[in-house]
Parts: sequence; C-alpha cells; structure tokens
Amino acid sequence: MSEPQASGKQSMSYDLGSRVRVRAGDPDHHTRVPRYVRGHTGEVVAVLGRWPLPDDSARGITPPRTQTCYAVRFSAADLWGSGDHTVTVDLWESYLDRP
Amino acid sequence: MTGHDDHVSQPAAARAGRLEERLITAGLTSDDEIDAFLTALSTRASPVNGARMAARAWTDPRYRDLLLSDGSAAAAELGFDWLSYRLRVVANDEDIHNVIVCTLCSCYPVSLLGPSPGWYKSFAYRSRTVREPRAVLGEFGVTLPDTVQISVWDSTSAARYMVLPRRPAGTGGLAAEELAALVTRNGLIGTALV
Repeated sequence: MSEPQASGKQSMSYDLGSRVRVRAGDPDHHTRVPRYVRGHTGEVVAVLGRWPLPDDSARGITPPRTQTCYAVRFSAADLWGSGDHTVTVDLWESYLDRP
Repeated sequence: MTGHDDHVSQPAAARAGRLEERLITAGLTSDDEIDAFLTALSTRASPVNGARMAARAWTDPRYRDLLLSDGSAAAAELGFDWLSYRLRVVANDEDIHNVIVCTLCSCYPVSLLGPSPGWYKSFAYRSRTVREPRAVLGEFGVTLPDTVQISVWDSTSAARYMVLPRRPAGTGGLAAEELAALVTRNGLIGTALV
C-alpha cells in the first residue's frame, strides 16, 4: 500500500496564515482529501488539533497515526477558474506540503 | 435536487439490517443497546438546540465569544455535553455569509440540528455548493448583495460546522427564548438568513 506522504518526506506542522499546497496524489485507499483541492494552494485559517488519520483507520492500521488537522481556505477563482467565494476544507498534515 | 442513493435506497437499508444482525450475533451489541442509542438520539437531537445557542450568542457577548472560539464548550454550557464531535461555529456578518456542506459524504451536527434534510445529502447540493454557492443559495430564496462574500465550509474532518446567523433587525426587545424561535435549521446550515 502506498503511504499518503510523498516519498522521503515527513509531515510538517504549519502556523496560522501559512500557505500550503495539497498533495496531488490519488491514493488507492480511503482518504479525506476531496479531489477538487488536490494540487491547489490555500491558507491555514485554523489549527484544529490532533486526530487519527482516516487513511490509516480505514485500512485497519492500529494504532492509526495521529496528526494535526488544519482548516485550509481556497479561493474559488483558483479552484474553479471563476467565482468570488472561498471554500475552507479540513485537511490532515500529511495531505499538505509547503508550496 | 436528486437524492443520494446510498442513503435512501432499499439495498442500503438491507445492508444495514444484515450488519446489525451480524453485530448482535457476534455479541458486539444488542437490540436493547441499539434501541437505547436511537431513542437518545431522537429525543435529544433537534434544531431547537442549535437555535438556543444562536439566540444566547445574540444576547450574551461572552457566550458569543465562547461559541466562536470553542463551539463544543459553548454547547456544553447549555447542557449539550454529549456531542460526539468537535463543534466549530462560524458567524455571519454584514460582509460574510457562511454555508456548510460535506462534499465527501454528509457530515452534519445531527445532535444540534436534528436529522439532516434530504437535500443536504443530495449529490446536487454537495457538488454545487462548493462551486456556485450564490446560485445554490438563490434557489433557497437567499439573495445576497454582491458585496457579501460567501464562505463555504466543507466538513471533511472530525469537526462539525454550524452557522451563527445574523440577528434580525427589529428584534431588540425580544428575550432569548423568543429569539430562539426565529432561528431555523436552514439558518444554522447557511441556506437561510435566520
């Protein structure tokens, strides 16, 4: 099974206001990264605390990794090419990289 | 809007029934335990809970601050200390209108809003709200000035989101209980103004 992390990279922690890019990979297991944000860059607007990584829980990996989850805000213009709204998505740290 | 087949189709109900039987046979739960859980959920879970929290926030600045910084603690203060998730509350104001969706499934703060409406689980709502929220809100009868930015929250984690609507104008003389009666479930999702 492939790991959610890109090869050779450990997940990192991010401060409020950081720019982060969502990893573009398409894992062959359950994940909580919606396709529409993959590869896109957003801003951390809240740090939500540490929770079990669903990718591990869904595969029966015990114990699952526990990671910080972030609320990351994207602009509609970036996601869709149009629109003046924002979309905020909660993402675990191993879904993210520095841009 | 179209229905979400996984939630309403009979095969899904049959699957749930078979799963329930197997869990009971394996000694992992019992009919009584499932009944007790469903009874507790159906008697506790109601949009009245979320409405009380919103009305309290409108009348008590300290509670509003708590609600927006730690939704679960604010819920517990009104007696809702049995949430199975971390609650996050996002406030509407004259510049920002918030709306909640779960694009991956149908995550929703059931205990504070009651059972989720069918449209919340529909593919149309889930896919269109992140893409064209102004059009979706328009179909709910919510027309916002262009100066109001729409902020969509996609509930992809263990947090559950709720909207704190704006207090309607002309309600200065109302008590918290009367104010709570004005708050609708859709207002707490963001598909209505109150």
